[in-house]
Amino acid sequence: MAIAARNRPGHDPYALTGNRTRDLGERVIHGLLLACALLSVITTLAIIYVLLEETVGFFQKVSFFEYVTGTKWSALIEPRSFGILPLVWGTIMVAGIAGVIAIPIGLGAAVYLSEYADQRVRSILKPTLEILAGVPTIVYGFFAVNWITPHLQDVFGDRVGFFNGLSAGIVVGVMVIPMVSSLSEDAMHAVPQSLREGAYGLGGTKFDVSTRVVIPAALSGIVASFILALSRAVGETMAVVLAAGSTPNLSLDPFQSFQTMTAFIVQVALGDAPTGSIEYQALFAVGMTLFVMTLAMNVVSQLLLARYRDVYQ
Amino acid sequence: MSAQPVILTSSNRQQTRAWISRSFTGGTFLCTLAGVVALSVLLYQVLDEGLARLSKDFLTTLPSRFADRAGFEPAIWGSVWVMGITALLTIPIGMGAAIYLELYAAKNWLTRFIQINIANLAGVPSIIYGILGLALFVRAMELQRSVLAGALTMALLVLPIVIIASQEALRAVPSSLRDGALALGATRWQTIRGQILPVAMPGMLTGVILALSRAIGETAPLIMIGAFQYVPFSPGGVADLPDCASWSDGCPLKSRFTVMPVQIYSWAARPQEAFQQTAAAGIIVLLAVLLSLNSVAIVLRNRYQRKVKW
Amino acid sequence: MVVDDIARTQTERDLTSTPTIPLSERIAPITGAAVVGVQDFSAYYGAFRALDGVSMQIAEKKITALIGPSGCGKSTLLRCINRMNDLVDGFRAEGRLTYHGQDLYDKGVDVVEVRRRIGMVFQKPNPFPKSIYENVAFGPKVNGIKGNMAEIVEHALRQAALWDEVKDKLQQSGLALSGGQQQRLCIARALAVQPDVILMDEPCSALDPIATLKIEDLMRDLAKEYTIVIVTHNMQQAARVADYTAFLMMRQDRAGELVEFRDTDSLFTKPKDKRTEDYITGRFG
Repeated sequence: MAIAARNRPGHDPYALTGNRTRDLGERVIHGLLLACALLSVITTLAIIYVLLEETVGFFQKVSFFEYVTGTKWSALIEPRSFGILPLVWGTIMVAGIAGVIAIPIGLGAAVYLSEYADQRVRSILKPTLEILAGVPTIVYGFFAVNWITPHLQDVFGDRVGFFNGLSAGIVVGVMVIPMVSSLSEDAMHAVPQSLREGAYGLGGTKFDVSTRVVIPAALSGIVASFILALSRAVGETMAVVLAAGSTPNLSLDPFQSFQTMTAFIVQVALGDAPTGSIEYQALFAVGMTLFVMTLAMNVVSQLLLARYRDVYQ
Repeated sequence: MSAQPVILTSSNRQQTRAWISRSFTGGTFLCTLAGVVALSVLLYQVLDEGLARLSKDFLTTLPSRFADRAGFEPAIWGSVWVMGITALLTIPIGMGAAIYLELYAAKNWLTRFIQINIANLAGVPSIIYGILGLALFVRAMELQRSVLAGALTMALLVLPIVIIASQEALRAVPSSLRDGALALGATRWQTIRGQILPVAMPGMLTGVILALSRAIGETAPLIMIGAFQYVPFSPGGVADLPDCASWSDGCPLKSRFTVMPVQIYSWAARPQEAFQQTAAAGIIVLLAVLLSLNSVAIVLRNRYQRKVKW
Repeated sequence: MVVDDIARTQTERDLTSTPTIPLSERIAPITGAAVVGVQDFSAYYGAFRALDGVSMQIAEKKITALIGPSGCGKSTLLRCINRMNDLVDGFRAEGRLTYHGQDLYDKGVDVVEVRRRIGMVFQKPNPFPKSIYENVAFGPKVNGIKGNMAEIVEHALRQAALWDEVKDKLQQSGLALSGGQQQRLCIARALAVQPDVILMDEPCSALDPIATLKIEDLMRDLAKEYTIVIVTHNMQQAARVADYTAFLMMRQDRAGELVEFRDTDSLFTKPKDKRTEDYITGRFG
């Protein structure tokens, strides 16, 4: 009875042969799904190609040395000058201020949520912090211009320009707090309880355990979170466009206006530069610089994350 | 012999250490609170500026040079169209890639390379995707500043996030389900379609919704595509879709467009106070949309977690 | 003779210093037809050898039990028969494992068809998170078995001695059943695709004693129509249900080998190998 349904005249009922149509269908599906996965590789190649093509054109007109060491950036207004340093400095200033805010606060919050908070408190505070990451950057830009800058002007007086780097940096810092706190907390959470208990058993206070046992044990994950947050700050666009302005500047004074790499890219896009013009090519050159910077930071943080995962899993 | 009594009180040093520990507790709690406080201040300020300006008229009129008459309607419809097409593109491709990587790919160097690549793409700044979209879709493919160009760009931006979230949802499906189906003589795809996907789908959809909610707030890539122009019209309705077959001008996908965050930016960039209020009103609408989307995702996630009790 | 060569090399690697008897005396032939033949079969997970040189036969429409202490490779051997081990990265098989004379690991063999013919019931019941009806109907549907699905489902559930308990609640979730019922549902699911052989990997170890006895009764009924191979760590269960029993053990190099194979009565009352005797009398394992 068992194989009766499959019997065909002249056919070995126990043969283990397959179904060609079915096999073909399976192979087609396999191919389609592979294509979907390969699209991501194509995207990366497209980004690199697109950036490279115009960057090469740019460096045929502008010397690489001038680009990398020049201290004046004037891409749209005569006399033109293409020293990238002011834009890079603007980016570093904003990201730096953001880091000064996000790293201590984020780490502190992570320690609190990981080592002190009970489950109920954690289940309320952690999602609330996540909301900070979900607020669109344009909203942060608006907040910087309409609340932070006026209050800075109240405190510091006329030194604070309408466009200033500090306001942008603060707001980007608030934006990336959840990146630091979430990832650091994950790293700390993965530290085995036995390590903590050993330290408590030796008479350590909670402060001792947190700072001398947990943080060092989770260090690669924590540092990875810092780098990722800074990378995000480097790539941030709208908040700095609204709050920091579009004046390339190498000054150390955070109250002045600065232009970041991302803000310059937006500036060119708004001006609708024709294909092949030097402004259009400059856009891509700066984009390439930005891409390389963030890629390097992301790769480093991925390596660090892999290290901490290997240790505990 | 006189024995010293053992006293378990703390010395000065112990007390200092205890004090440090208590301050540390307070300090870290304040850090956590700082984030919450910042969020509250931000929300309060936005509501304060914009609530008065919010009205039904605001949602249904067109933008204008005059701040008190400026409306949000084209931006809302633009967002709907762009996000709709983006979703249609990312759902099959993103889920397909995730299925391939989790359930088909051998654990070799190619698979690892693709995974690393996807993780890197997720960290690329969104403006770079805008540059890609400008060069590839707007100029090279000559789609100009259309809804389609915008949607293709956003799809590429959002794809890595969807893939990563979908992979996690697939990983959560216990292997006993797969074993049971395969042992019955099901093929790999029959197992995936019949048993694994239905179980993983709520988790995958949650990931898609969260990815789209991030995309709705993105400004920079769409500015690069050219959504910034003064656009006093909506892309059109579903009834106009047949025009797309011939790529004629009535096709909504071909239309120029603006989206909510870009419109907000165009108002916020103007110095007049009245425009700041208009921008704030737009922000409230945007945040309300995001809140609804995220709530749907959370409800979906909770329902799905209750269902799966192995 | 090849068999003696195998016996000699195995001797050199045996842990125990008991007098060894040649392979031909430890492996008894079966009476009747063989459905599955195992000839000098070895299994590897990467560089690790899990099974070494197993030779035996599975008799048609009889119950064959694989017993032995943990790690002896009995589950590995079972999963090789329906090629479920293909899912493990780095798995490799050597030797011959035949089904009605065909090598199961031959290049042209369709794995999907193998698994339809040789069904499996797992240690922990794993019904799909769907209705009882859909659980049983899934197999026939994907295999393109034509016919009245409701009838097929009912027939399978009757064969699995579950019909009376669930006939009024076929739309209920399979996960809502008790452990024993879930396992019988899994058996019904396997029966619905009309297999030839049913493999059971410790099917009762997650169940209570009463459910266990029900499954054992079911096994004896099913053996009238199907060939059954069962892995069990419970010797008494093997003694109760099996017609033939194979005893496997892990050597010092962690590879599993077949120590003795004969009809159940003889294995338990007159074991020829001292290691078998030690295991049965509880001296180890």
